[in-house]
Amino acid sequence: MEFEPKLVGFLCKWCSSAGADLAGVSRREYPPNLIPVTVNCSGRVEASEVMRAFRDGADGVLISGCHPGDCHYTSGNYKAGRRVALLKHTLDEFGMNPDRVRLVWISATEGDEFARVVREFTEEIRALGPGPYSNAKERR
Amino acid sequence: MGGSQRIGVFICHCGENIAGTVDVSLLAERSIEFDDVAFSTDYEYMCSDPGQNKIKEAITEEELNGVVVAACSPSMHEETFRNTVEEVGLNRYRCEIANIREQCSWVHPKYGDRATDKALKIIKGTVEKVKRNEPMEPVEREHADRCLVIGGGIAGIQAALDVAEAGFAVTLVEKEPTIGGHMAQLSETFPTLDCSQCILTPKMVEVNQHPNIDLLTYSEVKNVSGYVGNYSVRIEKKPTYVDPDACNLCGDCEDVCPVNVPDEFDQGLSSRKAINIPFAQAVPSSYTLDEEACLGLNPLRCSECAEVCDADAIDFDQASEFLEKDFGAIIVATGYELYPKKKMGEYGYGNFEDVIDGLQFERLLSATGPTSGTIKRPSDGKVPENVVFIQCSGSRDPENHNSYCSKICCMYTAKHAKLYKESVPEGNAYVFYIDIRAGGKDYEEFIQEVREEDRVLYLKGKVSKLKKVDGGLKVWGVDEIAGEKVEIDADLVVLAQSIIPSEGAETVGKRFNLNLDQNGFYKEAHPKLRPVESLAGGVFFAGAGQGPKDIPDTVAQGSGAAAKAVDLLSKPTLTHDPQVVSVDEERCSGCGICVSQCPYDALEINSRGVAEVNEILCEGCGTCSSGCPANALTLKNLTNEQVTEVINAYLGG
Repeated sequence: MEFEPKLVGFLCKWCSSAGADLAGVSRREYPPNLIPVTVNCSGRVEASEVMRAFRDGADGVLISGCHPGDCHYTSGNYKAGRRVALLKHTLDEFGMNPDRVRLVWISATEGDEFARVVREFTEEIRALGPGPYSNAKERR
Repeated sequence: MGGSQRIGVFICHCGENIAGTVDVSLLAERSIEFDDVAFSTDYEYMCSDPGQNKIKEAITEEELNGVVVAACSPSMHEETFRNTVEEVGLNRYRCEIANIREQCSWVHPKYGDRATDKALKIIKGTVEKVKRNEPMEPVEREHADRCLVIGGGIAGIQAALDVAEAGFAVTLVEKEPTIGGHMAQLSETFPTLDCSQCILTPKMVEVNQHPNIDLLTYSEVKNVSGYVGNYSVRIEKKPTYVDPDACNLCGDCEDVCPVNVPDEFDQGLSSRKAINIPFAQAVPSSYTLDEEACLGLNPLRCSECAEVCDADAIDFDQASEFLEKDFGAIIVATGYELYPKKKMGEYGYGNFEDVIDGLQFERLLSATGPTSGTIKRPSDGKVPENVVFIQCSGSRDPENHNSYCSKICCMYTAKHAKLYKESVPEGNAYVFYIDIRAGGKDYEEFIQEVREEDRVLYLKGKVSKLKKVDGGLKVWGVDEIAGEKVEIDADLVVLAQSIIPSEGAETVGKRFNLNLDQNGFYKEAHPKLRPVESLAGGVFFAGAGQGPKDIPDTVAQGSGAAAKAVDLLSKPTLTHDPQVVSVDEERCSGCGICVSQCPYDALEINSRGVAEVNEILCEGCGTCSSGCPANALTLKNLTNEQVTEVINAYLGG
């Protein structure tokens, strides 16, 4: 059976989650691999939560916030940007491919873009193959 | 809540919207097997009255203490269902929405079982979240009861009058020496052709006389701090060097002033003195000494105005005054300006005197204008026999200028052509247009009248260039309907320049943390359903600063913004979302990282050396909580544990 990546998507409720809603309203199809977690701000996403997602079997994690300059809370997205940069560095040191984490900016009006990013990320992770703990649940 | 969790799961079919893709009865069957789920069901439309009754009955009969509604996006019905559970005594935050429509059934129509599986995971995650949701009560806070209106054009005037009439104090700030805005410059208004100043000046006077309105002209907003209901604003009142109470408008100062500069009110078509009054009905009715034009406010160099003033109204020692005031609501009405002619390379970069813009033509038509209402061209004062009007100059041209339609130019150009033909019946008026957009009451009829009865020649096509020739201008264009090139010898060309946001929009936007759209206009909270609100709480929009609009739309939006401001000001207290950050003092080391992360200054290290949250200021972004190295800060109802358990549920834990 073909490998189906398990993806978690942290979506800012002000922009990207609304963008995901718009993808739905405009019926922009994408594969069901990514399951959304709506958060108040991309700045709310904590590195340890991303790491635990991998521990629990995620093959890839998407974090999607407001475009630079458009953060609902002024600057949470910039903080997310710095934290994700650091997180990628840490993943690399742990021997994990940093491309398994992706930070993107998707606004509430970019339904097409949301669908495109999920399609693209799904294929990227499919190409990378299962994450280090992909079968965590089966093994347990 | 531990072992006493009793969660109910309610799955909505949304007709075929959800049920057409995912197997809703399977979702209900499987959900009941999740830990702590005591009840599950599915129904055709959960948001309908019978659907809501099912939820209420189940809460009562099954003694549920948490609810998951698997349905459309929380942006649609979260309020509905939270109100529903509250009706039977459950705290509203013990209800969560699992979005299985926009983020599942609608985007995965071809995935069948996999779509159902994703929906089930979303429901399972949401159950794990709601199990850990604390009941919360809204935080109440006081607010200031004064309204600030920025901009004294017709939008700001209307908004200020409406708020003042509702009984609230208003401060109206205008950067020019008089209120009235662009509407005061217009000759007549389409489609009724009533005189613009005649309908505007009564409202200007009313503003001045209203006991609830504090009018600050020649003033600007400098600093802003605070949040919805409690903005603290610093306003600079610039010196006019004239005491308005003493000035009796005799005009002697203006007569003796030796300095001539272009008159802004006449769009540069006439000159004014350094000491001047913009127009006869200006409000407040007083002279202003323009310090940049004045020879130096120095009696040694020139003090002719002060010497001739019998009323002793002129005071060279005036200085800026600064006022600090608290405001509950803000209405931003900073208006528009015209796209500069100098950007129009194809039409001479603004270098040809007889190529003027729409506002300049308004001044030529106006009885109070530089030519007292006789249409004379600027270069030599000749009454023009051939006038070419060019629409969409700078609009609808994404390659070179602005991509958008400026909305009002079709109508005012028709009015210009009509008024020209009435003034010079033997003259020829040509209008070049791309399309005619005349949506509005009696607008289309007005255009038809201009085309047919006033015999204005409408040419569908663009003007590619124009050139100065002996005694006038040569205009090259196309007539798409006839399919041929057109060459016109014109005495005067009027450009319907694109409408752009006024210069102050960006500054005011930054001060109040407002979003601007790609063209620099203020971005409303929702393009259809919240057109006068900004995303910054308590700040509302009126007029062309939000997008090009004509006078009726501007007045309507002014009243709309006023209604929103009054709605806020009339509440005894404001409620604040209780989803804020809390501090575990045992864990906090007082490092202060959180203080630097907070964009709202809601955190401080208190006298006991630990972080303390001001719940009134906290907006609940959670950025501090994820920055805390000791996990001492928690965003209520979106804790680390909740996020981790939601993801664990998704991944099959």
